[in-house]
Amino acid sequence: MIEIVNLNKSFGENVVLKNVNLTIETGQTKVIIGRSGVGKSVLLKSIMGILIPDSGSIKIDGVEVTDLPEKEYNKIRMKIGMVFQGGALFDSMNVAENVAFVLNEFMRLDKRTVDKKIEESLALVGLQGVEDMMPSELSGGMKKRVSLARVLCMDPEVIFYDEPTTGVDPVTADAINTLIVELRNKLDVTSIVVTHDMNSAYKVADKIAMIYSGQVIAEGTPQEIQQATHPVVRQFINGDAKGPITDGEHLVFGHLT
Amino acid sequence: MAYRFISYIGELSLLGGRTFYWALVPPFKIGRILAQSKRVGPGSFFIASLVAFFIGMIMSLQMAYQMVELSAEIYIPSIVAISITRELAPVLTALIVAGRVGAGMTAELGTMTVTEQVDALKAFAVNPVKYLVVPRFLALVIMLPVLTIFSDVIGILGGFVICVYKLFISPSLYWSMVIQALTAKDILTGLCKTIVFGAIIALVGCHQGLNVDSGAEGVGKATTQSVVVSFILIIMADCLFTTMFYFIWNM
Repeated sequence: MIEIVNLNKSFGENVVLKNVNLTIETGQTKVIIGRSGVGKSVLLKSIMGILIPDSGSIKIDGVEVTDLPEKEYNKIRMKIGMVFQGGALFDSMNVAENVAFVLNEFMRLDKRTVDKKIEESLALVGLQGVEDMMPSELSGGMKKRVSLARVLCMDPEVIFYDEPTTGVDPVTADAINTLIVELRNKLDVTSIVVTHDMNSAYKVADKIAMIYSGQVIAEGTPQEIQQATHPVVRQFINGDAKGPITDGEHLVFGHLT
Repeated sequence: MAYRFISYIGELSLLGGRTFYWALVPPFKIGRILAQSKRVGPGSFFIASLVAFFIGMIMSLQMAYQMVELSAEIYIPSIVAISITRELAPVLTALIVAGRVGAGMTAELGTMTVTEQVDALKAFAVNPVKYLVVPRFLALVIMLPVLTIFSDVIGILGGFVICVYKLFISPSLYWSMVIQALTAKDILTGLCKTIVFGAIIALVGCHQGLNVDSGAEGVGKATTQSVVVSFILIIMADCLFTTMFYFIWNM
């Protein structure tokens, strides 16, 4: 279980997260929605310890991680996989080396076992015969799938997805959504999915939380979110250009002048 | 300006300290150090040799301009050998490597930072300093002195070409003058400096790369800054060491 209490994070004057409270139950998929730049990725990176929060508490399986020594934190990180927005594949390595990164770095396994694991992980994301390709030769969607395979290769208990279906064709997006659901159902993987793709959110979520102005303004099951009356939530899930979210922006939004 | 400079040196020292620490923590991945060494050493050998050869020739010609008038051209080999081993080869090789390798490191690490690859390393419980900085630091600290030894020899060979074919000093006399003039102290002083220059290039290159603002513009800016800062720090360190060695040897 991941418990986030009163989490705050600012970059200079820019307050990104303001007293964020969230709980992610073990084996559940929580989807975090919100506009671009609202701090969704910052939240994931704060839980991973990539960014250090200004204040607040993050507990992973009961362990407070915000003041944990690096060595102890790394033990927790080994259980968590993160699929980055752009894939974040290592340019200097081919697909196979990327996928087997954690195995090669931390485990002494024979080549046959590693190769089998690479093949299995790539097959799970619908890729084959790409082992020797370099990341620069892959399309955006393929990068994202390889990034997911890299995470699956380490058999994580928790997976963080940073916009897993953005920039991916609808067929692949649906396959990724199905995989997220299967990972939860079959392997009991706990997931946090950051997205603004509402189709994906409804499909994979046990619970959806919406972040707006650095705070969680709504939380509930997909059905509850669909029926929410909060005007900000309604504007976001309906994808309306006009509404309280864009009111203060003084933009000629979607109109030619 | 002074505050920024001091805080920058502070940041470099911190990175240096963390690099030393992680260099001593197992596991030691020799393959990564060798891969980086290949980029620094053999990769820069041709251009460093070319520059050293021409500098040797230019030095001899410039010396000849004055020395011929005094009929003292016989001392040219000694002067060339000493200036190249003590000063020119170490500094010029370091500047070439800073421009070639240091800039490359910043661009590579900068791109890794903006494309979240450095974050991915952290997410996979891999320390970026251990994984990225340590191999580059060790490669530079080891390979820069090796490159400088080659530059020393090739620079003196450049002087040989001018002295023998233009000033008609016999080859055997040239070499005996060079050997007579050079002491182990001259060569070691030059090589000691290159270890520090190597550390400067690696730390500045990696620091700039890991602290890129964002986007392609940020990487470009960091790369330019990396070269400029490395050049300034190398020259400052050179001045400091030359002064230090001058007083040490004369005490």
